[in-house]
This record gives sequence, C-alpha cells and structure tokens, in this order.
Amino acid sequence: MPRINSPAELEEFRKDIISKRDPNKPCIAICTGTGCLALGAANVVTALKEEIKKQGLETKVDVETKVDVRETGCPGFCERGPLLVIYPEEICYLQVEPGDAEEIISETIVAKKVIDRLLYAAPGTDNDEKIVRESEIPFYKHQMRNLIGNNIKIDPKNIDDYLAVGGYSALVKALCQETPEQVVEMVKNSGLRGRGGAGFSAGMKWEFARKSPEKTKYVIVNADEGDPGAFMDRALLEGNPHSVLEGLTIGAFAIGSHEGYIYVRQEYPLAVENVGIAIEQAEAQGFLGKNILGSGFDFTIEVHQGAGAFVCGEETALLMSLEGKPGEPRPRPPYPAVKGLWGKPTNINNVETWANVPLIINNGADFLSSIGTESSKGTKIFSLVGKVNNTGLVEVPMGITLRDIIYEVGGGVPGGKKFKAVQTGGPSGGCIPEEHLDIGVDFDQLAKVGAIMGSGGMIVMDEDTCMVDVAKYFLKFLAGESCGKCSPCREGIRQMHKILNNVSEGKGREGDIELLEELCEATRNASLCALGGTAPNPVLNTIRYFRDEYEAHIKEKRCPAYVCKELIAYYIDPDKCTACMICSRKCPAEAIVGAKKQIHVIDQEKCTNCGTCFEVCPSRFSAVTRLSGEPVPPPIPEEERTIVRKSEKK
Amino acid sequence: MTVAKDNGKIDKIIEKYPSEPGSLIQVLLEIQRENRWLPKEALEKVSKKLKVPLNRIQHIVTFYKAFSLVPKGRHEVHVCTGTACHVRGAPRLLDSVQDLIGISPGETDQDLKFSLDTVSCVGCCALGPVMVVDGEYHGKMAPAKSEEVLKNYD
Repeated sequence: MPRINSPAELEEFRKDIISKRDPNKPCIAICTGTGCLALGAANVVTALKEEIKKQGLETKVDVETKVDVRETGCPGFCERGPLLVIYPEEICYLQVEPGDAEEIISETIVAKKVIDRLLYAAPGTDNDEKIVRESEIPFYKHQMRNLIGNNIKIDPKNIDDYLAVGGYSALVKALCQETPEQVVEMVKNSGLRGRGGAGFSAGMKWEFARKSPEKTKYVIVNADEGDPGAFMDRALLEGNPHSVLEGLTIGAFAIGSHEGYIYVRQEYPLAVENVGIAIEQAEAQGFLGKNILGSGFDFTIEVHQGAGAFVCGEETALLMSLEGKPGEPRPRPPYPAVKGLWGKPTNINNVETWANVPLIINNGADFLSSIGTESSKGTKIFSLVGKVNNTGLVEVPMGITLRDIIYEVGGGVPGGKKFKAVQTGGPSGGCIPEEHLDIGVDFDQLAKVGAIMGSGGMIVMDEDTCMVDVAKYFLKFLAGESCGKCSPCREGIRQMHKILNNVSEGKGREGDIELLEELCEATRNASLCALGGTAPNPVLNTIRYFRDEYEAHIKEKRCPAYVCKELIAYYIDPDKCTACMICSRKCPAEAIVGAKKQIHVIDQEKCTNCGTCFEVCPSRFSAVTRLSGEPVPPPIPEEERTIVRKSEKK
Repeated sequence: MTVAKDNGKIDKIIEKYPSEPGSLIQVLLEIQRENRWLPKEALEKVSKKLKVPLNRIQHIVTFYKAFSLVPKGRHEVHVCTGTACHVRGAPRLLDSVQDLIGISPGETDQDLKFSLDTVSCVGCCALGPVMVVDGEYHGKMAPAKSEEVLKNYD
C-alpha cells in the first residue's frame, strides 16, 4: 500500500484503481453485516466462492467471465437477508441460501439468466410481480440513500473500494482548498444538526471548539449506540468506516485538533474490527498520521471500546469513560467544547453526523440544506423495526411523513393486524399514535407530538402491544441504566417503574396515573443529565395517547392487548376444540389436560400464561382464546369431553 | 486452566497498553474477553501496573455490564430484550429459557454449563426475538424452539 503524499498523487492512485476495474465485469456484492451474518450469509459466501472455483471462473484471464465476490456492509433490507446484488445488471437476490450458489453462478453469471425464485415479490401477492433491480424494490425506491447507499458498493475491509467511489476527495478539498474557518462555515450553512439525539447544530458546536484558545483539543465519534432497536450507526461503521474517518479528520482540521477517538460499544465486535482495519489502512496510505496529503496537518485516531453502559452515550459520561472512569455524567456547563476530555476543549458528534461531513464538503452546503424541512436538513437513517413487514435500515429525507416510512418503505403491519403506535427516539422518546402519522418527520415536529428524533430507532407496534407494558419496559431499562449518581433519576425512575409494575399486575389504584404524572414532572426537572431528564417521556407519552389502556388496567383489571400476564388467561373453547393434541404437546408447563378424542382443558393452576397454545392452535380451529377482565369459564365436566365425529355418528 | 497460565496471559494483555489510568477500561475489557471473568489476582495486577487504586477498579467493574467477577459458564446465552424483540415476544422467550436452564439473567448454573444474560438490542431486529449462544445468533425464537437450540450444547 503506497503512502500518498499529495492530492495529485491521490488522483493518480484513484485513476489507477478505477482503470483496473472493468464496470462490465460481473461482481457479486453480498451483505455480510451483522444482520445477514446472523441469517447465514457467511455460508453463502463460502458456497459462492467454491462454486466459482468449481466452474473455473476464478482463474480465467478473460475479464468478461472472471467473477468478483465482494463482501459488503449492510444495505438495509435485513428482513430479506441474506441478500446480494449482482453487477453490472444490479440484479438483487433475496433470502439466498448456500444451496442457491450453483444456480446463481451457472444461470445468472454464466448464462445471464435471472432466477425468478430469488427475486423480490411484494408480500401477500401471488408472486406474479417480481422485481429484478435493487433500486426498483419499493423498500429502496422511496428512500434517499446518500449515506447508506454506498454500503453495497464497498468492501469495508478494502480502502480501494472507498477510493473508487470518490473517497477522501472531501478531505483533499478541506485540507488543501479551504481554511478551517471556511469548513466550519460550510457545515454551519448546511444546517446539519446532530444525529445522536439532541439535534444541536453541528457547525455551531464546531465553532465553539474552534474558538477556544487552548492548544490541545479533541474530536470524538460517539458510536455508543445504546438505544434498543437502533443500529444505523453500527451499519455505517461496519459498512463504510472510511466515511466516518474522513468526516472526523475534516472536523479535526476545522477545529484545530490532532487527536481523535472513536468510542464504540463492545457489543458491536464487527464494527470495532472494521473501523480498526480502516484506521490501519488510512494510516498506511497517509490519510491519517503526520502531514496528511502533504498539507502539514497531523491527525491520529484511537478506538476506545465502551464496556456496556447506556448512560455513556451521554457526552459527559462518555468523556469520563474515555478517561478510564465510571461513566457518570457531570453537570453542564462547562460544555465539552470548553472543558472536555482531560479538561481540554472537545467536540463530540454522533457517527451519522460525521458521515454527513464529506458529503457537505464535496457538494457544498446547499446540497444538504436543499434537502429536508425548514428546521431539519438532509437525510436521516432510521431503523424501522418491530411489527412491520420490511424490517431494516431506511434513509429518508427529513420531512417525509411517518405514514410513508411505515407503509411505503416499510410495507405496513404484517398479518393484517391493526397499527397502534410507532415508538421513536429510544427510551427517551415516545409513542406516536395513528392520528399523527401524517406529520413530517423532523426534529421539531416529532417534539411537538411528544416524541423525539433521538438516534433514529423507529419501532412499529400493532394491536398486540400493550402500552402500559411498553412504558414499563422502558422504565425497567432506564432503572437498570441509571448511573445512580443523582437521586431524582435513581429514585424517580424506580418509583415510576414500581407503579407501572403494579398497574400491569392488576394492583393499580385510583390516582396512580396522577401520581405517575407528578413523579414524571419531578424526575424531569431535577435530574442531572438527559437520561433522567427524558426518562419520563415514555410514561407521559403513553398516558397522553393511551390513557384508556391505563384505565382499563387499573379499573377493570383488564389488559386490552392481552400482554400483561397477571391480567390474562387462556381458555380452550370446548365447541371448537377438535382434540388435535398440538397444544397439549407444545405446552411447556404441561398444563393442558387432554387426549385423543378428548376435548382439551387448560389447568389454570398450572398455566404460566406463556401463550404457546394460542400460537400453535391451527387457525382453522382457533379454539384457544384469550380472556382479560372476565372470569374463566369452568372446565367442562370430564364425562362430556369425548368428541364424537360426524362420520362416526352415522 | 491453572492460575500460572492465566497470569501469563493477563501479563501480556497488561503489557500491550500504556501504563496509565486511561487504559484501565480497555485492559479490563480484553482480560474479560480472553479469560471470560476477572479474578481478583488479575485486578491486583492491573491496579499495580496502571497505578489505579483497587477500590476504583472495583467501582469500574461493578459499574459496567461487560465485566464479571465470577467465572462464566461454558456457554453464554444472551436473550435480546431490545424494544423490537420485546414487542415480538422476548419476555416469553426469556421465561422459557430461564425455565429450561434453571437460572435467572446474570447467573451461572452450578456445573458451569450456562450463563444467562439479557442484552438490550444486538441490532438484528429483523430476526426478533433473538437469542445469542456463544456468539451464534438464533432468530425468530418461539419459546418452544429455544429448547431445541439449547439441547445442542453440553
């Protein structure tokens, strides 16, 4: 790997890489992000490579038939993984298995024929309408993939791939054609707001740090993506690590920093690995280190792993953790831009914020500011998960409606169930009901309906989700993650969780809702950091939109969504049971009494309300029913349990 | 695993990092990963080398979730309780896994076969509910399916 010493050398090198790549040569790009790996993508890669070898396509000199297999980061469509895209035709195959490898190579690569079975078909249709090209699949078609779109084009372990798509040209532009002040100005004018949650103007933050007279300053990538249900930062770090390094280096130049840190969760081993490799490669080629690209600017990056504490996503806690201390937040001001890591001015931005920087430098501030709404510019990556057909990462322009994200991109709620709410912003966020689905998604609109943008988790909930349970879930999470330093957060969350627990167990009392609201107020106002300050959100928000569910739990001891175990019961309808024995065999508690031709009965004493019987009872019988807020009918007497079939009656 | 062997490994890890308090969490993480728990002797060594008092190390290892002060079982079972898995039935999965291996999250069984923990999102939400055993992901886990997966480990 040659060291590149000037912009001219970089362009030479880039040309050389591109000239060696024939755009017509077949290339199989297969996602090996964490999601697809979990679905078995590694075996598909092995099978493809073996097949290429077997069919003699590996050693052919003739470029037309020599096939490349590129292992890439996550393109976002996790629902249908493992997935691959075959270039140059851009054929997208979904849910590929190792057994498909032979056919892919001999049919698609050699004979240039598309395999119908592996193409996208809209869910629920009778497979008549298949879609060949990746960009035409509805899931992708409604997105604007400025950041994540390169993932499928890049092997994150190979810096050449990043250079081939124009990588590090923004760094050249910043270092060699702009002054640091101009770079700060550009980022300010672009309207880029922090993607980590608070949505503060990135350019302004940079300016504060830039203006500090201190000599030593630090820049930090906050990759402690702790919100359950959010994984866009991981996808960027895993799939396109150089874009983050490039953004960080540009930021360091603008602010006047020479040392940077990437603080990444240890729960993301692949991201740690890929970003480590990327740093090594960038150092070897001179994009990091001394005198970068001959500009005289020095900059190094170190990776620091988080040890599993949600609160470390809060910037002052993150700094404590970087210094090797427990991640306990401290009051602000002083803000990190004034007094940060080791007491020096520090600029912390989230992964996605940094990844936006090269785009702004390359294409100008207007590029970003022309996308989005008045107050929120550019695109945002959301992880669309939960009860939605197309689970995955979606990148959309700010201002798109929630309805478009959930129904056009996400394909709606599966199983014909009714949509109930979408939860955004992680544990600090809120649940947005159907009536607000037409708001444009941006920082301010989401805040108006009582939710937040947060880092971009978007969890779809259907009629089977209990909103009291959701509030209880988040408060339990936050109770575990509160660092315990300040009592309003530590005690406030614990007490709220206790009340929610009571409500979900049928021990709720009149006045609990009001008490919760009071506790929310106190916790919000008196907590030291954002963890406690926003902890009441899931409670307030669910009370605001789903007060009737709280009341049903408290007054009628009923869980309308049949989730809260203490308030529900399962019952087998004797008129519908055909004694098929499926439920009695699957019951983990052995609570179902029944035999062949004997109507099954659930022993309510033994039943743990796990719901297995309800799930396994064939839908043509639907004999198992759920009850809540009403007594369970007595079991039918044993002598009446024998089933006499119609055919036997004659 | 003898103590002497452990010590060699642990010394090597400590050597890799600069002897300064800022390295503390990174050193402990690597020892945890290699050794799968943090014996007292290891903490004492770290304390001496990085010049950090032992009580502060105790504070760190009990603050962060990644550390364990007791030996872990041969197989580490993580049930994802992230929001997406939660709405898809993770609580029921967790119940059945607890019943099957007879321990609660945070515990290790007596014959050191399984350790059970919950994790708040592994980012495979399309697969939810997810259970991870020794780093291997098992998706779309119905409570009944967990038994089939777990019986393959001994």
